[in-house]
Amino acid sequence: MAKPKIATASLAGCFGCHMSILDIDERILKLIELVDFDKSPIDDLKKFTGRCLVGLIEGGCANEENVHNLKYFRENCDILISLGDCAISGGLPAMRNSMPLKECLDEAYLNGPTVYNPSGKIPSDKEIPLCLDRVYPCHEIVKMDYYLPGCPPSADTIWEALVALLNNKPLDLPYELIKYD
Amino acid sequence: MSDSLQQKIQEICQSSNNDRVRMMDIVQGVQKELGCVSSEAMSIIAKATKSHHVEVESVVSFYSFLSKEQKGKTVIRLCNDTVDRMKGCEKVAEALSSELGIGFSETTADGKITLEYTPCIGMCDQAPAALINDVVAPSLTVEKVKEIVQNLKKDADPSKLSLGIGDGNNVDSLVRSAVKNNILKTGDVIFTDNESGKGLENALALKPEEVVEAVKVSKLRGRGGAGFPTGLKWQFTRSAEGKEKFVICNADEGEPGTFKDRVLLTEKFDLLFEGMTIAGYAIGAATGILYLRGEYVYLKKFLEAKLQERRDQGLLGDSIKGKDGFNFDIRIQSGSGAYICGEESALISSCEGLRGDPKTRPPFPAQKGYLASPTSVNNVETLCSATRILEKGSDWFLSIGSRESSGTKVLSISGYCKNPGIYEVPFGTKVFDLLKEVGAEDAKAVLVAGPSGQFIAPNEFSRVICFSDLGTGGAIIVFGPKCDLLKAVHEYMEFFVEESCGYCTPCRVGNVLLKKKLEEIMEGNGQPADLDYLQSLGESVKKSSRCGLGQTSPNPILTTLKNFKPLYEALVKVSEDGMQPTFDIRAALGDAEQAAERKSVLYTD
Ligand SMILES: Cc1cc2nc3c(=O)[nH]c(=O)nc-3n(C[C@H](O)[C@H](O)[C@H](O)COP(=O)(O)O)c2cc1C
Ligand code: SF4
Ligand code: SF4
Repeated sequence: MAKPKIATASLAGCFGCHMSILDIDERILKLIELVDFDKSPIDDLKKFTGRCLVGLIEGGCANEENVHNLKYFRENCDILISLGDCAISGGLPAMRNSMPLKECLDEAYLNGPTVYNPSGKIPSDKEIPLCLDRVYPCHEIVKMDYYLPGCPPSADTIWEALVALLNNKPLDLPYELIKYD
Repeated sequence: MSDSLQQKIQEICQSSNNDRVRMMDIVQGVQKELGCVSSEAMSIIAKATKSHHVEVESVVSFYSFLSKEQKGKTVIRLCNDTVDRMKGCEKVAEALSSELGIGFSETTADGKITLEYTPCIGMCDQAPAALINDVVAPSLTVEKVKEIVQNLKKDADPSKLSLGIGDGNNVDSLVRSAVKNNILKTGDVIFTDNESGKGLENALALKPEEVVEAVKVSKLRGRGGAGFPTGLKWQFTRSAEGKEKFVICNADEGEPGTFKDRVLLTEKFDLLFEGMTIAGYAIGAATGILYLRGEYVYLKKFLEAKLQERRDQGLLGDSIKGKDGFNFDIRIQSGSGAYICGEESALISSCEGLRGDPKTRPPFPAQKGYLASPTSVNNVETLCSATRILEKGSDWFLSIGSRESSGTKVLSISGYCKNPGIYEVPFGTKVFDLLKEVGAEDAKAVLVAGPSGQFIAPNEFSRVICFSDLGTGGAIIVFGPKCDLLKAVHEYMEFFVEESCGYCTPCRVGNVLLKKKLEEIMEGNGQPADLDYLQSLGESVKKSSRCGLGQTSPNPILTTLKNFKPLYEALVKVSEDGMQPTFDIRAALGDAEQAAERKSVLYTD
């Protein structure tokens, strides 16, 4: 039987959650015995090569490309997991949610004290994805199946979750792994 | 600010002895005089009472009848409670709005009239109703409000409006209100003839401990909602350590759909004041406070006159009824429009001149209440019942009602029914029998105990009003076959969101999330999993909230999920493609498209 496939994405995140995936150290060798990696920044595959069992999503949705990507994952993965606080609640990027987008853009491109922008315009190149009015957690855009909290979730948490899922076992995380205060 | 205004404010402070504990009286006085408590006024008050500007502001900003911004000379507050909406408040609202040429929360250009909505004002049996300053305008119609507005434009004094004639003591010259009592069923305890003064006389012949014992034996339990045994509460307060002790009567009556305390205040004030005096004797208190909700302030003069009569008769004051060493008097503290102040510890905060924030418990009020002294907070009806127990004996009281729930309950019944009003029934009465009596046998749902209680369906109408089955502070709201129940649930969630004091996160945030999810479902964007979400979030809010408000606020949702699940199920559907129907990419991109002056290439229309 072919190995199940895993895909990962980093949306509006800092790549910290992906670092945490890599942080499983030598267990990554075990992991590739269990699964194949499909579309992911780790192998730089841009398109899905086939249906995946699990998609791990880091980061929430801050712009249209994030939305597009997340939907692409939903269409191609059986199970989607919000990995980390940004995916679950918007996280740090969502700090901009308390002010209108226009104010953020003006501060970043026009009025900020260190801004040098002779054009006096907010960049609008078609290559640059448009921002959403606010940063959305993933589950407000598509259905998410599981949530792994943490900033980032520890490597052990990710490892335990994946092994449980692949073996069809209930996830029983020790308290220390999900205690944050 | 002119010198004379400054002086006026200082005089108001002076009349409360510049006492910061009496902050409510002070800011209410200033609001009345100036139409607002401006920042400048706050500074003057802070200086006079040796408090701080921020402390005064925290009080003013908390209560809905107080404001920092100038309001019109006349403020019309239309009640938009669910029952009022059933009875056509929306049409009345439209008429008010068009007649005045302003929307709600607005003031006419000449600064004369402000129009606002307010939650339940205790007039559900005469809905739709409004408060015009302190004056109650019940049973409104489109024609009536047109006339009211025209007259107010001529003369701003609402007490000169002809709004109809009330009954009972509502016609007293100190009340002069159009409010009706609608006492449709009398019982053996409250609405019956009694020998005035006998209860107190019997009590004074006993030792205070024996009075407490008599109330304990009678099995009297609190009528305000929580149902705590009254005798036990008095015993705790009596035995708690403290130089001074206090009796507070809770007449905040804020639970939507409740109006029985209003009727008790006008018609049974003697039972109430006698009960407070008995409580004072039993627990060893010299001071009683009647906390009167801001909406009932039109009764204040009348009640004060009645208190004076009692003083003149030696029933209040020093050595009451010649009993050496028993001194007791009562003052009235009025509220300013905040549902949470019905919660006993928030009520105490309010009496202390603070924001109506609930206090952390323990310590309970019986140990540390008003000004950190042992305090017994009791509902109006509880105190009236206590008087009767001392008058007629515990055994007599035990013989009425059911085994574990002795006595009667005064119910306020309104909504979809032919005869809304006050019904005094013995505990143990079936919902079904109540419905027959009020003329609502085809009811689709009954909300027992108001929104913090429970919605029950016809298959449960054989349940009974008593502490072990359907406990209630007195609100019974009936919903007819054509009623949109979820709309009502949504209105109640709006009420809780508005009235949460904001102190703790589960209540402040949780109720907003519950309301939002309910809206998604009602708009047809819900999925079956959302019902589980409502259930588990509702349970979390109940479990983790700090006071009774948050511990009950999810009830409209949770009890309809339990008893009327098909209503929800008919609205939700599985999203086949895994996308969330509530997310609208076009709307989410609008701001960015405007800023970048281009359309999205990824998501075209
Ligand atoms: C949000 C909230 C509002 C309340 N409103 C009232 C009220 O309007 N009147 C009342 O008597 N009790 C009200 N209560 C109950 C009081 O906290 C308290 O239990 C009651 O006044 C005690 O008197 P009793 O034992 O005589 O019922 C409320 C409780 C909560 C949590
Ligand atoms: S959750 Fe933390 S580690 Fe993960 S993407 Fe967000 S900020 Fe980075
Ligand atoms: S439960 Fe609600 S009303 Fe009570 S303290 Fe918390 S926020 Fe305030």
